[in-house]
Order: sequence, then C-alpha cells, then structure tokens
Amino acid sequence: MTGTTAAARISSPTVLRRLRRRRHEDPGQLPRLSPLWTFVAWLVTLAFFAPVAWMVLTSFHQESDAATNPPSPFAPLTFDQYKLLLGRDITPFLLNSAMASVFSTLLVLALALPAAYALSIKPVKKWTDVMFFFLSTKFLPLIAALLPIYMIVKSIGMLDNIWTLIVLYTAMNLPIAVWMMRSFLAEVPREILEAAEVDGAGLPTVLLRVVAPVAMPGIAATSLICFIFSWNEFMFAVNLTATQASTAPVFLVGFITNEGLFLARLCAAATLVSLPVLIAGFAAQDKLVRGLSLGAVK
Amino acid sequence: MITLDRPLTRHRQQAGCPPRPRGERTWRRRLPLLPALIFTIAVTQLPFVATLVISTFQWNILRPGDRHFTGLSNYAFVFTDERLRNAVINTAVLTASVVVLSVVLGLGLALLLDRHFFGRGLARTLLIAPFLVMPVAAALVWKHAVYNPDYGLLNGTLNAVYRLFGVANGPTVDWVSSFPMPSLVVALVWQWTPFMMLILLAGLQAQPGDVLEAARVDGASALQTFRLITLPHLRQYIELGIVLGSIFVVQTFDAVYTITQGGPGSQTTNLPYEIYLTMFRKFEYGQAAAAGVVVVIGSIVIATFALRVVASLFREEVSR
Repeated sequence: MTGTTAAARISSPTVLRRLRRRRHEDPGQLPRLSPLWTFVAWLVTLAFFAPVAWMVLTSFHQESDAATNPPSPFAPLTFDQYKLLLGRDITPFLLNSAMASVFSTLLVLALALPAAYALSIKPVKKWTDVMFFFLSTKFLPLIAALLPIYMIVKSIGMLDNIWTLIVLYTAMNLPIAVWMMRSFLAEVPREILEAAEVDGAGLPTVLLRVVAPVAMPGIAATSLICFIFSWNEFMFAVNLTATQASTAPVFLVGFITNEGLFLARLCAAATLVSLPVLIAGFAAQDKLVRGLSLGAVK
Repeated sequence: MITLDRPLTRHRQQAGCPPRPRGERTWRRRLPLLPALIFTIAVTQLPFVATLVISTFQWNILRPGDRHFTGLSNYAFVFTDERLRNAVINTAVLTASVVVLSVVLGLGLALLLDRHFFGRGLARTLLIAPFLVMPVAAALVWKHAVYNPDYGLLNGTLNAVYRLFGVANGPTVDWVSSFPMPSLVVALVWQWTPFMMLILLAGLQAQPGDVLEAARVDGASALQTFRLITLPHLRQYIELGIVLGSIFVVQTFDAVYTITQGGPGSQTTNLPYEIYLTMFRKFEYGQAAAAGVVVVIGSIVIATFALRVVASLFREEVSR
C-alpha cells in the first residue's frame, strides 16, 4: 500500500475519464439558465443582499437622510459617520477583537496541528472516538458553561481581561479545527513524511517543515473559520468584559443603549466591524464550505 | 466523508491513514494529541462539573448569607417553571423554523447557482454576504434599519409603493412587536440560508456528471432527474446542513438579545436567553445552573442523533 500504486491508479485511463467527467466549478461546463430563471436568480440574490446594501448605503448618509420615510437612497454621500466613529472610541474595541481573534486562532492552530497529526498521519488507537469526543464538546451549549466560567474567572480576577476571551475562543474553536485539520492532513502524501522520518527529523520539525507547508491551504481554511467565529462571538464577550477588554460586538450593542439611536452611525459601525470578516470570506469563498462543514464537504 | 470521487478518496485513505497503530511507542503517538485533549477537557468539561455542583445549591447572590445545599429542589423548580417550559417551546420553534426554511431556500439557491448564468460569480459572492456580516451587527440592522415602524426599510418601501399607486400613506406596522417570532425567524433565516446554500451547492457539484448525462440520454425529464438522482444524492448533504445548522441555531443568543430581548413578555425567550436572565437579572445561580444541566441533557439527546448522522458520513469515508 504505497503512494506509488495509488498514484498509478489515479493516472489509469478509467480514473482520468471519471475525473474529467466530474462537474467542477468551471461554469463553462454547467448547463445555462434560461433568461426567466436568470431573472429569478438575480431577484432573489438582490433581495438577500438588500439589507447589507442598505446598511452600507445608510452608513454613508447624514443622520437626517438615514431616518426618512419613504427611504431616501439617493441622498448625498458622506464619510462623516466613519470619521466620527474612528475619531472617537471604536478603535480600542477593534483592537481587542483583533487581539482575541488572532491570538486564539494561533493558539488553536498550535494545539490542533499536532492533535490532527495524531489523528490522521500516525493515529492513536481509537482515534475515531477521540474525534467524536471533540465534536461532542461542540454540542454543549455555551450558555450552560457561562455561569461556572463567570465564577471561576471572577475568583481568579480575570474578568474584563482579553486573555480570558482568548482561552474561551480557543476552546470554542478547537473541535472544529481538529476536525478540519484532520481532513486536510489525511491528504498529505505519505512519501514526503517517510522521507522526513528517514532523515530522523523530530515531531516539531516534521510538523513545521514538512506537514505545515503541504497542508497550508488547510491551515488557511482553518484559520479563516476560527477567525470568523472569534471575531463575531458575542455572548462571552458581553458577559465577561466591562470596559478594558470589550470587543467590537459589545461596542455595537453598547452604543445603542448609551447614546440613543443614530441610524447612520449605527450602520457605519455595523459595516466597519463586519468588514474584516466580509473581506476574508469573500477572498476565501472556496475555503469557506469545507471549513463550515468541518472538512466534510470538499 | 461526503465526496464521491472514490478513486481520490481511496488514494487519500492509503496515503494518509496507515492501517493500525502498533502497541509499542503508544505514548509517543499520544503525545501530540494530549495538549489539545487536556485543554478541551479543562475548559469545556470541568465547568460542567461545576455547573452540576452549583445546581444543587440554593444560591442567590443578592442574598449572600443564604447559600445552602438543597438537593434537587432547583430541578423541581426548573421542570415546573412556566417560563422555562415556555423557553423550551420557543427554542424548538425557533430552531426548527430557521433550519427548515434556510435549508429549503438554500436548496433553491444552490439549484440556481448550479447553472451558468450572467454574473453567476458575483451573485454567489453577494449571496454569502449575510452569513459574513457580524451576527450582532446584522441583528441591529434588522431591528433598526429594516423593522423600525417609523423609518425602517420595510415600512418605508411599503409606503413608497402605496404612494406610487396614489394612496397617501402606507401601513405603519411595528413588525417586531406585532410579529416577534417571525421577525426573529426571518433575520436568522437570512443569516443561515447562505450557509445551507454553500453546503448544498458543494453537494450538487460533487454529482458524478456521467450519471446525469446518462439520465439525459435516457430521456429523463428535469423533474425526474432531480427527484430520482439529485435528491437522493443530496440527502447526506441536507442532513449535514440540518445537523450543523441546529447546533448553531439552538444556541442563538445575539439575535434574541438584540432584536426582541425575549419579548414582548416572554414570547421569544429561548433557553440561552432565559438562562442568561436567570443568571444576570434574577441572580438565581442555583436555578440557572439546574436549567443549564437540563439544557445540556437535552443537547446530548439531540447530539446522539446528530452524531449518528455525522458518524455515518465519517465511517463511509474511513472505510472506503
């Protein structure tokens, strides 16, 4: 059972024909939609996109143009709301969010990469049980853990500390990351690893120098998903932080209750905090599916 | 796992997973796994043990002197409390409607996007935007920019349409107060449909082209092809979408907190929000913990079912 026979099988004519027949992302091979259905497709697409478009458009309006009935989509555009937001207090919240997301994602990768190695390349006994243990922790509602976590965090004086969120986000994303990374590592060609072993490389070297470069697309996809979930997390952030460590979503809900409603500025804030994930998600659309399905859907 | 290119899967199987670990050097194999395992147990399992302990105490932090062991009386309260029963029902209604509607809509969109049409790539990009907008931001935009009775986009558009037809003013509907649960469901379906669409689209594109071609050559109608070939093929993708969607939607907190605050009354209070209220508004720690334990047990029941779905997909991949 070496990689060579597998490679030989892959390049056999029947397999190649099958692969060629498989319908891929290449839109040229897809059947065309009739004009009527094209119209329907675009109508539904625009309906779905409308709230996002409205949010972005309103964020470039003055308050007086934002809250009109009927709506005034063609009101003059302005950067005032963004200037107000950035000139005032959103920056520390964005920095907290960035710190919580980036550090927890790095921590998740540091834990998940070796774990995935021990679940795919050199699997421990009963590795499927371990996989399902990780997945089962994802089924426990976060809210049920909030009370003890709140009390523990309070007793060790870590309330309103960004590292508390980093640890919790790491735990929250680790099962997803382990599942994803396992599915990616299972695809790493065996020969490469065997060569590294012959050279007598230790595990850290194998992981960093051999596995990581080959599994880079997988690591990128995993990081993207972990980043999205940490950046967007709200429940822990709102209940465990007060002033120092609050993240962007906490800023959003806070600024409604504290200052009354400024629709245009709210939309600017909503756009601003969503921007990192929107950009990352748009840029890595193809990686999104595999990540969201825990590596199950290619 | 669900990929139908068998040769590739078999290749991966051979390449990635050697047959069985040997008895020797077992601990060397286990070592890389331990940090992740220990971390997960410490952060996700230990708090649950603490929850179990707290749930047996009479404990309200507003009455600090009055903390004592009460056995199972918190559970008796949880099972008889009207509000909690109501929260269970709301959670079930919310989760079921959001998951079912977003699967149906996601399937429709996936079928459209599985065809070539003008601007398909752009349409796909625009369609995933709702899933990428921060959930709290999305909830705030729905509440204030869309549902607001005075200047929300919904009433505003209705008003504009009415005026177009010469009627002086459109209706002023307070969407969130009049239709609290549907308002929540719509905002959440909007957010989750792209997720379902992406999974189902991947499923459609993994269909073996030759089977579809054979069906066409044999003169099957589009509807027959869909019902007899595409739908059975999609089944496991639909199951996966339902399972993963349920895990996330059951835990919905952001939208309830932001759009309805569980109201009016407790019409939209789901379990996460009810536990949050018990904890941080009523300060009944014992009751909150007991409710948490009940939620966890409920989740375990749903999870065993869900895990079976994931396990069947997973075994399929491993055994190939």
